[in-house]
Amino acid sequence: MTVLADPALAADARRERRFFLSLSLPALFIVGLAAILPILWIIRQSFLTTGGEYTVGNYEKVLSSGLTWSALVTTLELSLGTLAICILLGTPLALALASARPRVANLLMAFVMLPLWTSILVRTYGWLVLLRRDGLINATLTGSGLTAEPLPLVYNFTGTLIGMVHYMLPLFLLPVYAAMRDIDANLVRASASMGATLGQTIRTVILPLSAGGIFSGSIIVFIYTIGFFITPAVLGGGKVNPLSTRIERTLSTFQDWGSASVLGILLLVLMALVGVMFLAARRLIAGRSIGTAHA
Amino acid sequence: MMKSLPITIDSVRKTYGSYVALDDVSLDIQAGEFLTLLGPSGSGKTTLLMALAGFVRPDSGKLLLDDRDITRLAPNKRDIGIVFQNYALFPHMNVLANVEYPLVLRKTPKAEARQRALDTLVRVKLEGLAERNIAALSGGQRQRVALARAIVFEPRVMLMDEPLSALDKNLRETMQYEIRRLHDDLGITTIYVTHDQREALIMSDRIAVMNSGRIQQIDTPQRIYDRPSTRFVAEFMGEANIVAPGSARRIDGADASREALMIRAECFHLDAKLVGPDGVALEGTLRAKAFRGENWLLTLALDGGQEILVCIPAALASGCAELAAGQRVTAYAPAAKVHAIPGVVA
Repeated sequence: MTVLADPALAADARRERRFFLSLSLPALFIVGLAAILPILWIIRQSFLTTGGEYTVGNYEKVLSSGLTWSALVTTLELSLGTLAICILLGTPLALALASARPRVANLLMAFVMLPLWTSILVRTYGWLVLLRRDGLINATLTGSGLTAEPLPLVYNFTGTLIGMVHYMLPLFLLPVYAAMRDIDANLVRASASMGATLGQTIRTVILPLSAGGIFSGSIIVFIYTIGFFITPAVLGGGKVNPLSTRIERTLSTFQDWGSASVLGILLLVLMALVGVMFLAARRLIAGRSIGTAHA
Repeated sequence: MMKSLPITIDSVRKTYGSYVALDDVSLDIQAGEFLTLLGPSGSGKTTLLMALAGFVRPDSGKLLLDDRDITRLAPNKRDIGIVFQNYALFPHMNVLANVEYPLVLRKTPKAEARQRALDTLVRVKLEGLAERNIAALSGGQRQRVALARAIVFEPRVMLMDEPLSALDKNLRETMQYEIRRLHDDLGITTIYVTHDQREALIMSDRIAVMNSGRIQQIDTPQRIYDRPSTRFVAEFMGEANIVAPGSARRIDGADASREALMIRAECFHLDAKLVGPDGVALEGTLRAKAFRGENWLLTLALDGGQEILVCIPAALASGCAELAAGQRVTAYAPAAKVHAIPGVVA
């Protein structure tokens, strides 16, 4: 920083900095009120009995229960499954959108964004209509003789996954599309002029340069899906129980705020762990791609 | 020296809706030639270059490399080195990886690819920078990496799209000579696009001046400058005065040309003795004068009302400082520097 000799100028500079910092106060206030305070409250709750006395019993009870661990596994399966499908479907789609002509891309983008403007409840029940034993898809499949029996598409893991992917795909797509669209078209041309096939260009230029977008999209998908509640509750038919539905059941059936808080903290820890892992992986890949040209 | 190939462009046409970007352009480029496509923006020069590279598909016409038709060949099969205007270096690779890239694509053995890339970096004076990241390079260094990457795989043709336009003036002049020297060393057929007429004059074997999707004139730099075939070429190449036949008289009194005359501003003298008797004289009233360091620029209003620019080198302009606006001045031009543009009446 520059040293200002004149104390009056230095004071002006300080005042300016304070002013710009003060612009963040309303946001900080709301985050504190709506996020940090409740978290602190949950942490406190997790150490209290229903009678209000201090205990670590809640932790012992929750962490020793097999239901908790199977819920944790289900949560991870749903999140990672959704993420994997989003990457497999979303990355090629983003590439197609980014290389389409602007008018076509805008039209396709509108289709992608349409689900985002619809309530999640409506969409989830919409899937129910489509995926049921006597729903549209099974009616078509059995009617055309492709399958003898209706396929079990809903009230199970598959149905939940379909609903979650449908919700997350646009949110995954946006950062990936933005990253790919920002790639200079001349880089792709340069790569081709030096002899690269389209596949080689995608592998050596487009994917490395959109890795940041793919990571952002992945983090968004993971953080959203780890706490997903409505979709597993409706499309899981009671058979798919991630941590979120366990929390709800613990509260609605047992009014056990202590155990529910412990489960909530478990979710938070999970999110933090995965976040750190993603960032570490990102740094690792970014460090490796510089200085290598694997074709 | 690598084997370079001639290029034939045969009535290539490209339209975007109702806009004609290339209007039946034909052009023969000899093996090993340095040819510049020169023109203002929108003249079609970059479109033509991109058609040669394979990124623009012509509506009709043919592109031949040697005698092989490449009109419909995919860009990655053409074996053409390209230097892009913004360099298009891969930001996620370091200098060496950028230069090795075309060799890695060709499955060149690792050690050989490395050696060739390093040798090419020496050729473009970037030794010692192989491990640098692209972001840590100056504009001139990026330019050199782009050059190295375009020649390392020994392409048979090199295309350059305004490669120097982002550099400052001094660096640009250095690079002009270096690119030309590189071309002479490698003997590679080069097509160079620029809108800078000085750059085109300095670097080229031949210049093709383009405007509105057409080639106006193809010739050596000297002929393009001294003997422009159209008014557009005359005015695009420098300070050109195009005067009506009646405004100029022969110094020896013989009949003057009946066509419009093109006289470059710097071809005038104020002393009739410096010009032969077959030269021309233009008389007018001094409107303005400006000292530009190496020369004086005078604006004369001819008696017909037309204004001409007269540029007198400082060494020969002893009287210029004393001239005052409103004074009568006669400018003389030698016959060799007076060019009648065919078919143009001023």
